[in-house]
Amino acid sequence: MENNLYLYLLQLGDNALILGQRLCEWTGVAAELEIDLALSNIALDLLGQSNQWYEYAAEIKGENSSPDTLAFFREAHEFRNVQLVELPNGNFADTIIRSVIFDTFHQLLYEELTRSSDARIGSIAARAIKEINYHIRYSRNWTLRLGDGTQESHKKAQNALGRIWDYAFEALTPGPIDRWAFKNGIGPDLDALRPVWLNRMEKLFEQATLEIPAPGFIDRKGKSEGIHTEHLGYILAEMQSLQRTHPGLEW
Amino acid sequence: MVKHTSKEEILRLLDQVFDPEIPTLTIREMGMLRGVEISEEGKVTIRFTPTYSGCPATDLIKVDIKAVLQENGIEAFEIIDVLSPPWTTDDFTEEARKKLRDNGIAPPVQATSDKSFVLDSPKTVPCPYCQSENTELLSNFGTTACKALYRCKSCLQPFDYFKCH
Repeated sequence: MENNLYLYLLQLGDNALILGQRLCEWTGVAAELEIDLALSNIALDLLGQSNQWYEYAAEIKGENSSPDTLAFFREAHEFRNVQLVELPNGNFADTIIRSVIFDTFHQLLYEELTRSSDARIGSIAARAIKEINYHIRYSRNWTLRLGDGTQESHKKAQNALGRIWDYAFEALTPGPIDRWAFKNGIGPDLDALRPVWLNRMEKLFEQATLEIPAPGFIDRKGKSEGIHTEHLGYILAEMQSLQRTHPGLEW
Repeated sequence: MVKHTSKEEILRLLDQVFDPEIPTLTIREMGMLRGVEISEEGKVTIRFTPTYSGCPATDLIKVDIKAVLQENGIEAFEIIDVLSPPWTTDDFTEEARKKLRDNGIAPPVQATSDKSFVLDSPKTVPCPYCQSENTELLSNFGTTACKALYRCKSCLQPFDYFKCH
């Protein structure tokens, strides 16, 4: 069995890396320059966060591993991110709804991680939480603007919420590694965070005049067993192609 | 052969290392330098704290530190990352804030302990060019991870604002 701390760090790093990679897809093609800048900057923060989790994970793993080997030389089933972050960008409303669901979770999680019994996790989270506080301001404001905006933007935001909501709960449902982390004071009790997160989501979506659909299939196992949607393979194929073609290539 | 140097000498050399994205500020003025120690054997330890998690300048700054030390014959050194406590714009000196203004970048207007900076737009950001307080936010995200974009409604000059962090 692999080291639990290593797997916990992968969960943290993989969520940040895959969402960061997704948001990068907007670079250069967003509808407004401001959106382009915002999503690219948020992506950059997330990539930086993943790098710090991977540095720690690589030290535990040893065997000459590094942040680069973890990002570029693992297969899809070895990734421990939640399925939510690998969903395609879709239209701008899809991207914003995915982000606001994730950011609300991310903020609650990292606030707790700043008090982790593992000092290194605490200090990485203390730096990142300031960035996440800035991200959530962006995704919340846009959720309100789209949901309570024009008929068209409302429709797109509502459709997005309908499609994405089923993927929301995985992050807030403890798997074996989350339970291990909680037992050891390393991470929070997700069962306790879930109602807080849900309450924030309900308030926000109500204010945005969006209706939360009834939850459907929620037993997702991206983070606990590496079972992913078909989308992750395509993300990795693009992200890893350079390093797989020229292993160890540097700037 | 190990060249013996004083701490003052090292600090003087490190004052030649600038943030590549804000080339008027040294890493010391930015608060990225957390300490310099020299062991009895003459080995130099530099404690360095990165700013934003994803700041692409971090690696370049370390390359610059290595270069300036090696150019001056110092070979025995190591750079240690210090993550705690995290870097914050509260550490900017008044001199650093003045240098930012002189270069058209508005310094952070409030301390990060002030909750309003995450909950809402920051308070009035004075224009670094004409000091007018009649300015508007153009974009919460700007040219680099650490900046937002503002415009002065008095002199009509757009300018970067260094976000509170």
